[in-house]
Amino acid sequence: MQNKVMLYALSTCIHCKNAKKYLEDNGVEYESLYVDKLEGDERKAVIEEIKKHNSACSFPTILLDGGERVIIGFKRDELKEALGI
Amino acid sequence: MTPETLLETLRKLQEPKGYYFNKDTEMTLALMNSLLENKKTYGYMSCPCRLASGEYEKDKDIICPCVYREADVRDYGACFCWLYVSKSWNEDKIEHQYVPERRPPEKVI
Repeated sequence: MQNKVMLYALSTCIHCKNAKKYLEDNGVEYESLYVDKLEGDERKAVIEEIKKHNSACSFPTILLDGGERVIIGFKRDELKEALGI
Repeated sequence: MTPETLLETLRKLQEPKGYYFNKDTEMTLALMNSLLENKKTYGYMSCPCRLASGEYEKDKDIICPCVYREADVRDYGACFCWLYVSKSWNEDKIEHQYVPERRPPEKVI
């Protein structure tokens, strides 16, 4: 069964764009959220959620299986291994 | 301003200081485009790879080129975004590795 993938991204971030492209090119289904497009309480809540997994709150932050595993930044080899691509 | 003209303007300013643009032009121009977008959104060219607060005073450290660039290019050969790089990075003499975020997390709001 494929891991559930959640990608926290910024709409302007090149590493986020590249990570999304990598997942798409490899047919990986994922959910994503542009945190820079959020406002108010929703934004605060999402930042807190990201910080739980990645204290630096950097982008992209990629959660696998609801945060069982976290990949910080676009690290092709780590994604490849974790997702069995 | 187009991404291309921004790149050429910045190149003239930054390369004499030893900061080169990533030779991956597609990536570099995409970042130029993001800088122009951020200028439109926030009023200043905030780092495209970091979450800006939208308040100038709070985002001062991440206005491109950010205050972390010097240490990142020194330690990793590239800034956090891989926009500004060293000569050796562009010549593939050093590994192109992930640059960990050194901005203090409390600044991300």
